[in-house]
Amino acid sequence: MKEVIIFARAGQGAITTAQVLGSAIIKSNMYAYAFPHFGAARMGAPMNAFLRYDEKPIRLRSQIRMANYSIIVDETLFNLRDPLEQIKSGGVAIINSAKNFVSDKDRKVFSIPATKISEETVGKPMANTVLLGAFSFLTKEVSLERLNEAMSERFKGKNVELNIRLAKAGYDFASKFGS
Amino acid sequence: MKQFLEGAVAIARTVAMCKPAVIAAYPITPQTHIVEELANLIAAKKLNAEFVNVESEHSAASCVLGASAAGVRVYSSTSSQGLLLMAEVLFNIAGMRLPVVMCCVNRAVSAPINIWNDQQDIVTVRDAGIILLFAEDIQEACDLHIQAFKIAEDKDIMLPVIVNIDGFILSHGFEPVEFPAQDLVDKFVSNYEAPYKLDVDNPMTFGPLSGPEYYLETRYAMQKTMENEVMKKIQAVADDFTKNFGRKSFGFIEKYKTDDAETIFVSMGSICGTIKESVDDLRNQGEKVGLVRVITYRPFPSKILVNSLNNAKKICVIDKSISLGLNGILFTEISAAFYSNNNGKNFPKISGYVSGLGGRDVSKEEIIDIFKQNKDVETEFLGVNKENIGSYI
Amino acid sequence: MFAKIITKPGTALNNKTGSWRTGKKPKFLHKNCTGCRSCYLLCPEGCISGSKKSYDTDYEYCKGCGICVKVCPVKDIEMIDE
Repeated sequence: MKEVIIFARAGQGAITTAQVLGSAIIKSNMYAYAFPHFGAARMGAPMNAFLRYDEKPIRLRSQIRMANYSIIVDETLFNLRDPLEQIKSGGVAIINSAKNFVSDKDRKVFSIPATKISEETVGKPMANTVLLGAFSFLTKEVSLERLNEAMSERFKGKNVELNIRLAKAGYDFASKFGS
Repeated sequence: MKQFLEGAVAIARTVAMCKPAVIAAYPITPQTHIVEELANLIAAKKLNAEFVNVESEHSAASCVLGASAAGVRVYSSTSSQGLLLMAEVLFNIAGMRLPVVMCCVNRAVSAPINIWNDQQDIVTVRDAGIILLFAEDIQEACDLHIQAFKIAEDKDIMLPVIVNIDGFILSHGFEPVEFPAQDLVDKFVSNYEAPYKLDVDNPMTFGPLSGPEYYLETRYAMQKTMENEVMKKIQAVADDFTKNFGRKSFGFIEKYKTDDAETIFVSMGSICGTIKESVDDLRNQGEKVGLVRVITYRPFPSKILVNSLNNAKKICVIDKSISLGLNGILFTEISAAFYSNNNGKNFPKISGYVSGLGGRDVSKEEIIDIFKQNKDVETEFLGVNKENIGSYI
Repeated sequence: MFAKIITKPGTALNNKTGSWRTGKKPKFLHKNCTGCRSCYLLCPEGCISGSKKSYDTDYEYCKGCGICVKVCPVKDIEMIDE
């Protein structure tokens, strides 16, 4: 079983991100369970979306404390508790940031300036999809095609095409890190 | 094809397949998404139903009461304070023998105000004459909704059913969900033909004054219906569902690795998933552990529970609610079941644990700890933080 | 036994809502201010203060909503990156 934590603020689309990732993953005969955890129930409050997936049905309902992968949508969350503390040894963190973060032997940390990439690609701040594209390349847990299928189901009209372009942009940016 | 859907949305789409004619609800976290999606489906003309916007849960329950009395299939959903505001009307619905189906998205009760999950809300109305079912996962929540209409509307039953799902954990969680074909649902939950209804050509009164000469018999009849017809029907409907839909539905309880178990956990709702994982871990360490999951909580399947727990040495009941001043509610009821159904034999030691109140996270490790510590306790709270206790300020 | 069921007055001060900002904050330019006090009156957090023709926001509490920027009739406040 693999576990993912998405760190974000309420309103930044973390639940949708977890949903898209989960529905992309179940397309390969996997099982998944995504769920949110809210602190204060208001926009802007730090919140997490969790995703578990496995070849067997997911039964565990507790919150994820230590993740295999984490996606940090909002870099200002580092002012609170360091999200990197919640990554298992061997894990990968993907941060929406232009700054350089240091990987160590236990975990790999990648900075993707996702908001900037999104504004350059589609003229809107839709960072999460860029991060998903990067997730696809950096973890190899889900293919870009599956993500695109999931996004085509989740979004409507023009947004499908925008999101597909953004995922590709994130994937391409991440591929600079090499595999 | 399986879709990765939010619990609330999956439930709403399942309810729509059962074609209720009237839906009334008042939004309350974490129930809101269910009725929001139903309103969407009606607006998109995918469901032909009347959605009545009301000003409170008391009105929502009254509205579905009225519509049900007029002879149509109805649905509502609520949580926490909302359910408590409905309480008066819920007794009326049951007493008038109206087959209202509802979903209670279980949430803690104020004060202090808390929007997160436990099961305190529903257990406060357990005595109303409502059939209460508890789901472990989103698929089961959907499956139980389909069965709920069939059970409630059975001519020999005519009692309300509330399907319970854990707030946020299931209502806001996403899981792969499979919807049955519409014609299968149509066949399983056939059109509702009310045996009695409000009708201008054939006037009737529902819920009139009933003096001491009559009231007692209304309760007697409801109790006998629960004991006999409902007990028969629930298993029959579950078996029928399993046969028709190709997905296992358990009916009263689910037994998980209990055959040779010396210690058996008992609980209900989504926490049972976490307990199953704990059971597997303990089994890998060579421990003989199992779980009995209560799905049908009212009518309480006392005999079935005692039979499935009787061979254990120790029973650990994990409650997500408490009758303050007594014990966890399931603990009290399991103990009572043994006292009246064990035929004079010695029965296993029963320990009671209260957990997860107000959304407190319950981990696999805490469940494993219950087993390892092997305490004899009646009301042990899991995870009490001593720092939060002391002064009221 | 009691658990904490009552909170003390003034605890909103401990809630540093400045942590809610996500990347942008208002900057008061102090060039064209006419002292109309629109920013002061309309700030939902009530964290803008000053007098005459000089106003500033308290970044400890400013949520970065940008209403002050929108309402300033002389464009003397602008949103900048953190």
